[in-house]
Amino acid sequence: MSALLEVHELRVFYRKVEGLHRASLRMEEGSVVTVIGPNGAGKTTLLGAIMGLLPSSGAVRYAGADLAGVPTEARVARGLCLVPERRELFGELSVEDNLRLGAFQRVRHGERDAMRDLAAIYARFPRLQERRAQLAGTLSGGERQMLALGRALMAKPRLLMLDEPSLGLAPRVVRDIYRIIADLKRAGVSILLVEQNARAALQVADRGYVLETGQITLEGSAAELAANPRVIESYLGLSARVSQTL
Amino acid sequence: MNLDTVLWLVQDGISNGAIYALLALALLLVFAVTRVIFVPQGEFIAYAALSLTMLQAGQLPGTVYVLVGGGLLAAAYEIAAALRARATARLPRVLAFYVLLPVAIALLAWWAAPRKFDLWVQALIVLGLVVPLGPILYRIAYQPLANASVVVLFIVSMAVHYALTGLGLLFFGGEGLRSAAFSDAQFKLGVVNVTAQSVLVVLASVLVMLALWLFFTRSLYGKALRATAVNRTGARLVGIPAELSGSLSFLLAAFIGAVSGVLVAPIATIYYDTGFLIGLKGFVGAILGGMASYPLAAVGALAVGLLESFSSFWASAFKETIVFTAIIPVLVWRSLTSHHVEDEEE
Repeated sequence: MSALLEVHELRVFYRKVEGLHRASLRMEEGSVVTVIGPNGAGKTTLLGAIMGLLPSSGAVRYAGADLAGVPTEARVARGLCLVPERRELFGELSVEDNLRLGAFQRVRHGERDAMRDLAAIYARFPRLQERRAQLAGTLSGGERQMLALGRALMAKPRLLMLDEPSLGLAPRVVRDIYRIIADLKRAGVSILLVEQNARAALQVADRGYVLETGQITLEGSAAELAANPRVIESYLGLSARVSQTL
Repeated sequence: MNLDTVLWLVQDGISNGAIYALLALALLLVFAVTRVIFVPQGEFIAYAALSLTMLQAGQLPGTVYVLVGGGLLAAAYEIAAALRARATARLPRVLAFYVLLPVAIALLAWWAAPRKFDLWVQALIVLGLVVPLGPILYRIAYQPLANASVVVLFIVSMAVHYALTGLGLLFFGGEGLRSAAFSDAQFKLGVVNVTAQSVLVVLASVLVMLALWLFFTRSLYGKALRATAVNRTGARLVGIPAELSGSLSFLLAAFIGAVSGVLVAPIATIYYDTGFLIGLKGFVGAILGGMASYPLAAVGALAVGLLESFSSFWASAFKETIVFTAIIPVLVWRSLTSHHVEDEEE
């Protein structure tokens, strides 16, 4: 079976500095893959390059097609969606308008009943329904993350990429988010999850990659990585200590 | 100065202010979506007004050459881009918009010009001639530079402005023209004579603003434009193409410019370069409104209209000076009270 996403020797330069050095990864349809690594390792850069937001060299193949030269909005139309770390919501628009705009590509390509999915999104995030008329800029951190997720789901993603979905959120909200990720996985959505919270990420993922200073240094099944002494020391140990101090 | 004069000046100020308000909205829209300070906005006014007057005289307006020529140039850009990206599927639609549509409108104008139709029909033809110029200009001058800085885009705007003014001189000549009024009716409201033309101007402006408001709050494409204005990265991530929002905002700007031109044609003598000054006053209105809020910009533009009409009564030689000087205290006050608007996030 060919992979849904295949990244081959991807390189990204910020002026002269290499943000990503020949990173390669692949993921199967319906799987959850996580990329863990410290701050500044190039995780966000990797997602930005896959999404076409950053110029890169190397190859990104998605659903059997080379994405070279395909602009971001066309990638969205093919079911590739990113929930960025900064959420990038439309702060001066209402919650509901943010969600509606999530389906922009579908409406543009003639899907007339795309807005029916609003009901499903509200069923998943009752909080968003309560706040549907409120401006997105006035939401709390957890609500913003839910709105960003909901907006991405309105695009009916085939591959959903999440950048630090738990960053800066209260533990209860983090649990909610991970429960939703597990739900989506059961519904057959492929998920590429970038996290500093390695413990949570490896629990939900099938496979994982470790990205350090722009390079993939380790890869394997989630169970293998969770048992790897270096991962335990660098990522799980640290997060265990941090969660104790919290 | 008696009450009659005051009311007459107010009427004059409001009908001019209504047009400035429309232009202020167009400038704000284009700036918010594309970061372009759209200096050539005024050219749409001059082109529309002069085309209308020429149609009334039974002549073919030179706008057709600008339209067809610009459309061909835009189509050449598209073909080159499509060949480079090896994506030719979009080409038929693109060619229909940039080549077939302009040619069809030009032929219609050529057929209609000597027949001297009713003023309303001519106004519609003028809209058809001027509105497509918006997306065409965007495609030629701005889309290839969409990621450039605000200053570069501003310099491009100046170049486009000079190019269009030059073409205007070539096709319309240096003479000032004034169109017939839509209606010569007058009626008395209390002590003041209200002309039907000025009522029409205000009414049309309000209608256009209402239509824009509905577009921005009800339709998905209007919301997509607002989304692009507030968060460019977010807009790309939900799949709103930057070219689409750019093109759409220029289309609206051209529409607003064309409507303003048709409205202003009977109340002022328009030269090939008059548009710039009118557009500039819309810009002053937008600045008075803080370059951010649409209602404030409309109020600012109305104030510009009133200020202009009263200063032309008291000190007509200093009319423009007074209007443009009004920006200075506002800018000083704004720079003291509001925080700096960032140029660009990245």
